Amino acid sequence: MSKIDPSVDDVVQEENMLAHATLPRGAQWLVGVAALALGGLAVVLGVGIVGAAVIGVLAFLIGYPLWALLVENKRSATDKLVTGLVWTAFAVAVIPLIWLIYTVVSRGAATISPEFLTFSMRSVTGDDQGGLYHALIGTLIVTGIAAVISIPIGIMTAIYLIEYGKGNRLAKGITFLVDVMTGIPSIVAGLFAFALFTLIMGPGTRFGFGGGVALSLLMIPTVVRSTEEMLKLVPDDLREAAYALGVPKWRTITKMVLPTAIGGIVTGVVLSISRVIGETAPLLVASGFNPNLNTNAFDDSPMMTVPVFIYTQLSEATAKGVEYAWGGALVLFILVMVLNLIARIVGTIFAPKTGR
Amino acid sequence: MTVAADPGADPGVDTKSELSGRGSVGDVVFRGIAVTAATLILVALAAVFIFLGIEGIPGFSVDAQHYTGRGSFLGLVVPLLFATMYAAVLALIVAVPFSVAIALFISHYAPRRIATPVAYVIDLLAAVPSVVFGLWGAVVLGPYLVPAHTWLSENLAWLPFFDGQPSGNGRTLFTAAIVLAVMVLPIITSICREVFAQTPRLHEEAALALGATRWEMIRYAVFPYARSGMVSAVMLGLGRALGETMAIAMIVSPKVIISLFIIGTNNPQTIAAYIAQGYKESTPDRLSVLIATGLVLFAFTFLVNALARWIVARGRAK
Repeated sequence: MSKIDPSVDDVVQEENMLAHATLPRGAQWLVGVAALALGGLAVVLGVGIVGAAVIGVLAFLIGYPLWALLVENKRSATDKLVTGLVWTAFAVAVIPLIWLIYTVVSRGAATISPEFLTFSMRSVTGDDQGGLYHALIGTLIVTGIAAVISIPIGIMTAIYLIEYGKGNRLAKGITFLVDVMTGIPSIVAGLFAFALFTLIMGPGTRFGFGGGVALSLLMIPTVVRSTEEMLKLVPDDLREAAYALGVPKWRTITKMVLPTAIGGIVTGVVLSISRVIGETAPLLVASGFNPNLNTNAFDDSPMMTVPVFIYTQLSEATAKGVEYAWGGALVLFILVMVLNLIARIVGTIFAPKTGR
Repeated sequence: MTVAADPGADPGVDTKSELSGRGSVGDVVFRGIAVTAATLILVALAAVFIFLGIEGIPGFSVDAQHYTGRGSFLGLVVPLLFATMYAAVLALIVAVPFSVAIALFISHYAPRRIATPVAYVIDLLAAVPSVVFGLWGAVVLGPYLVPAHTWLSENLAWLPFFDGQPSGNGRTLFTAAIVLAVMVLPIITSICREVFAQTPRLHEEAALALGATRWEMIRYAVFPYARSGMVSAVMLGLGRALGETMAIAMIVSPKVIISLFIIGTNNPQTIAAYIAQGYKESTPDRLSVLIATGLVLFAFTFLVNALARWIVARGRAK
């Protein structure tokens, strides 16, 4: 190979007299360009874009290892094949993400208008303008209830697990149960809240608070988990220094441990909120469906939320329903992304302080 | 911190505190709150079982008419359970190779400049609400895949999965499985990524020093080390896929049947989607049937997750 292509790294070739022949440097680009050309040819010949892409990728996946097999050896060819596969897998997996975001943004943006954001679906029929104001308020209330229940319980449980119960039986049991809770299917959480309030308030009760309880069941384990991880990161030296100064344990926790870990805890909490805000199934069961604005979570009437709004609009199976569903999807998507962004920012601001 | 400087701010507590710091009122109260919170979790989980039990157990034996034409609870729940498992396994078949490849990409193949944003993008995928996935699958992906359905039924009809009349709108288990795969992919990827990254550097370097190619290094150093982690990642993905409701409820046009055929208009119905689609029901008997199927789902996912944890624990003990 080196004689045919002397421009490639003469020095290396001379030094490695014992080495077997290798592909020229940049071989993957060469094959890549060839594969691209083949794909281009396929497009010219009238194969669809997708088909052409498949042909191009296949050409690369076969051509590159084949070349390596001819010039080098079987092991190198396998290596090249796997490298190609890994890169392809990555490229293929990114497609649905970009496609999804593109459709949500483009189709949602066409629907969203001031009216869409401020109208409810109250007596909306035919071509009347409706909106998701009621669902947006409902989502904020229900998620707020879930947060109010979950955050204190979650954080205090994590404190118990890390600061008080290290290794004792209750702590082990709780750790196990938190694991179990993480695995509860979301719809079962909804059924639980529904069953609970059916017993307390009578059959068929669907209301905002029920949805909040269902979501908190899903949120608590994530809060516990993330807080636990953060508390574990606080060095024991800090605690011991505080004890040595005669500071009681609870003040050590509230004044030393928590402030040190606060950034990570807040990040974890915000991420857990962003996780439950998009939950649909439990709310469908526990909060129900309501075309009207309902701001009282404790009133025995259903409360609409954005995910349920999307679902019900899609099941209307009308052009307008689908349009509204996309609008709702974009609103929900923005909510989740904003929460993720907040979590990132908080994480950076409170990132472990370096030397002071 | 200012703690050491301000014991005077709360003299009532500090003078009483013992050396161990246990005796003070503040400590007792704070500890009490922590224990209460932890116990609440115990109570909550017990409550889940009890209330689902109270409301659900009657559902095992109500009038035959409430079982969607399946006659008995077993007749209803067996097909549902089959479909739940079937959809999840189909999703995993698609998702696992991709997840492992992407995890490898992030941990061993991509340059750091690319790896970090890719890891972020994959996490972003995990943050997308399932209802948005469902909407996308039903309205965009499904119709797009109709030609693929036709092709499969024309060319691969000798497989039981594709043997029959293909759906004209793509709202099939085939589409749903792909969407489900996209949803569990980030979970499996992120766990695999972490275990791959934990492979001892020395193992990898030793393999490379012996002349292994990168793939051989991964195969003989990284995979053996990460095996239990990978298995548990797949099991967690399975747990997620089993409980996933909306994607399937929104995409699939279902029927309570046992069938391997995944590209037609009658697709096997999963438990979670069955419950979600019956949410408007209000007769107590129907509701208790729904809750009873929910109990079955809960027990099933619990088993899967317990198995995953057991595998992790066994891997760690070695």
